[in-house]
Amino acid sequence: MSEIVDILISASFWAAVIRIASPLILATMGELICERAGVLNLGIEGIMVIGAFTGWMAVYQGMPLWGGVAVAMAAGMLFGLLHSTLTVPFGLSQHVVGLGVTLLATASASFAYRLMLPEVTSPPKIQPFQPLSIPGLSDLPWIGTALSQTALTWAAFAVAGLVAFTLYRTPLGLAVRAVGENPAAVEAQGLSATGLRMGAVIVGSGLMAVGGAFLTLSAFSSFFFEMVNGRGWICIALVVFGAWKPGKAVLGAILFAAFDALQIRLQQTSLGAVLPYQLFLALPFILSILALILMSRRAEVPAALMVPYNKGER
Amino acid sequence: MTTGPAEAEVVLRLDRITKRFGALTANDAVSLTLRRGEVVALLGENGAGKTTLMNILFGHYVADEGTVEVFGQPLPPGTPRAALAAGVGMVHQHFTLAGNLTVLENITLGTESLWSRSHGGARAKVERLSRDFGLAVHPDAKVGRLSVGERQRVEILKALYRDARILILDEPTAVLTPQESDALFATLRKATALGLSVIFISHKLHEVMAIADRCVVLRHGRVVGEVDTHATDKAALAALMVGGELSLPRAEARAPGPVLMRLEGVSTPDRGAAPGLKAVTLELRAGQITGLAGVSGNGQAALAEIVGGLAVPAAGQLSLHGQEPKVWSPGEALARGVARIPEDRHHQGSIADFDLTENAVLEAYRSRFSRRAWMDWRAARAFAEGIIKDYDVRCPGPSTRIRLLSGGNMQKLILGRAMAPGPDIILANQPVRGLDVGAIAYVQGQLIAARDRGAAVLLISEDLDEIMALSDVIHVMSQGRLSPGFARGTMTAADLGLWMAGQKFGDTDAA
Ligand SMILES: Nc1ncnc2c1ncn2[C@@H]1O[C@H](COP(=O)(O)OP(=O)(O)OP(=O)(O)O)[C@@H](O)[C@H]1O
Ligand SMILES: [Mg+2]
Repeated sequence: MSEIVDILISASFWAAVIRIASPLILATMGELICERAGVLNLGIEGIMVIGAFTGWMAVYQGMPLWGGVAVAMAAGMLFGLLHSTLTVPFGLSQHVVGLGVTLLATASASFAYRLMLPEVTSPPKIQPFQPLSIPGLSDLPWIGTALSQTALTWAAFAVAGLVAFTLYRTPLGLAVRAVGENPAAVEAQGLSATGLRMGAVIVGSGLMAVGGAFLTLSAFSSFFFEMVNGRGWICIALVVFGAWKPGKAVLGAILFAAFDALQIRLQQTSLGAVLPYQLFLALPFILSILALILMSRRAEVPAALMVPYNKGER
Repeated sequence: MTTGPAEAEVVLRLDRITKRFGALTANDAVSLTLRRGEVVALLGENGAGKTTLMNILFGHYVADEGTVEVFGQPLPPGTPRAALAAGVGMVHQHFTLAGNLTVLENITLGTESLWSRSHGGARAKVERLSRDFGLAVHPDAKVGRLSVGERQRVEILKALYRDARILILDEPTAVLTPQESDALFATLRKATALGLSVIFISHKLHEVMAIADRCVVLRHGRVVGEVDTHATDKAALAALMVGGELSLPRAEARAPGPVLMRLEGVSTPDRGAAPGLKAVTLELRAGQITGLAGVSGNGQAALAEIVGGLAVPAAGQLSLHGQEPKVWSPGEALARGVARIPEDRHHQGSIADFDLTENAVLEAYRSRFSRRAWMDWRAARAFAEGIIKDYDVRCPGPSTRIRLLSGGNMQKLILGRAMAPGPDIILANQPVRGLDVGAIAYVQGQLIAARDRGAAVLLISEDLDEIMALSDVIHVMSQGRLSPGFARGTMTAADLGLWMAGQKFGDTDAA
């Protein structure tokens, strides 16, 4: 027991929690924007892969790190454009299109990888984002260690704030929240439901890709095929967990990250000697499912989520 | 004012609008003018093309032929934004509000540039408008929690907030209580006094006579008549709409049979603002129509749920043919001969994307239309075709999706489905809401026919005229309490009104 307490009060544990949460926050914000506009984006898993790959490849080819982020975002937006074209004006099944985008994006990444690096056996490394040192803050004893994070992590939290601000404080956010609830309401006020939904999916997909790029440009220094490893699906659950609200979704991401960081450390304690390690790996997922059940009971789902809108049809 | 609406400037001109949906011509060269300060009523049977015409004017649909002119300027087709900018405001037949947003947010949606910060000022304007026009509603209330009457007010405020000069109201009173309708008319009179023009769609001819200056009648998508309201009457308008004389069904008094269903001291819990039942005792007799009058939201829904098997009494008993059923569920109710015409045909009565055949067999697909584990689609289709023929459901065929039907035709299918097994007990909850005069006469005639063959009918309606014309026994509901039964002809509308207001309950009820 005291081992767990020791873990929980250590600054390095919290530094890891924030680091693990960052890509989740970025991608969750992306998914949240899509779903608030009424489109379920199951392309998230593949778009994160594409983001991880393109961001890393751009930097490997000599771009600056922020250039890599921009490239990843653009690639994600491209897949968002594909997704939204099929699901919004054409009204195709969001499940089928989303899974299709995930398969296409994942396959494109491995195809491009093989094409661009035919010879290599182990993926080359890049120089990733380094923790920022913030005058005054970094010198503080415990906090300094916990908040020793890269610029991309700070950006993730800033994005969450920006998404929340936009959704709740601007006419654009109002329109996005309305189109996910009742597209006819948006049309009747002279706005384009199609335009809003496509825009939301494209921007949301861009954020998902940046979430993926975080893995290669900030967390690790290289690209592996399995590196996204279901994080996209976790983000979809986090949106539900957060009841489609940015603040709660960020909390959910941090909670999940904490479980994840905890299980790694638990494996090294005396508990790890008696319990099979698979149990620890499953821990964040089991706890997330429990939390999801508790949290989402009273959630207000966007009423028009997954309901296509066809202008001129009744 | 010295100039009446007849000489006032023309604010809107629809010129030979034609709109086709596949083989169906919903609007056929329809022309219409609207003057400043005028109320024009647009009348017509269900499916005559009224909503379609208004959707074209507002830009939801694009006409195949014809033009729209607002204040002398042609309106570009297919853009609600242009219609709004030109001063056209529309209150849709099915409200276009986002339930997750507040009243204020719904009103300001789309009025500010998307790329700006929200600015203040909106609240003050909304508050001023709601005061000036008598549209009481709280700006910060969540729309999802509002009553239909309040939502309607939000819809009107939306149009007024954008300084609409032309107001289109598509069946605004279909879901309102009579009191709310009166308030709406007061608002409309204020609006026309300020020079706004109104297009008003309704199936309730007494409302049309009360509010409209002029009536335009559509039939099968064509204008078949245009009359000044003061030069006509309800019967003439009805005849214009259906294209012939209309005989209203009449229920002769009959001797009632045995009690088929009895509720004894039934109570249910309150649900939010909606009261539950308070020790309700009610008998439904064979060969009798029991009318349930009252302002909606006074426990009618709770009573309908008990009768239809959707809920069980929290206290008290329910008995069928003198016996208390062991289980009480929708399936059990159907099996015991209770037929349901639900209040909300879109959400409880049908599945929008199922076709007519599938909707027709929803209540009996496991018993009548399956052989062993397999669906018998041939029998199902024949059944649907039978209903379509017997009940005159106007539609392309049994494989049409039900969402494409007009409200009246949807209701006829639901009626046919409910009547097919020859039910003992018929729960008819607002059965003619939104229907045209012809369809109303038809549905009411069917209810009387069912009574005459010995069924017990429970008719729930807010329309006192309907209740008084059809019912053999009338009960009134108020705040979940049920009045004693009054035999046909013993009460005037004014007497019932007192009961509806809850004033008479004090005599029998200590609370
Ligand atoms: N989007 C559409 N696609 C196909 N058919 C349609 C569509 N909209 C309307 N219709 C058909 O056009 C006809 C006219 O419909 P409309 O809604 O204008 O009738 P209405 O006069 O408003 O009737 P109600 O009194 O029931 O509201 C109907 O037969 C309807 O089924
Ligand atoms: Mg209509």
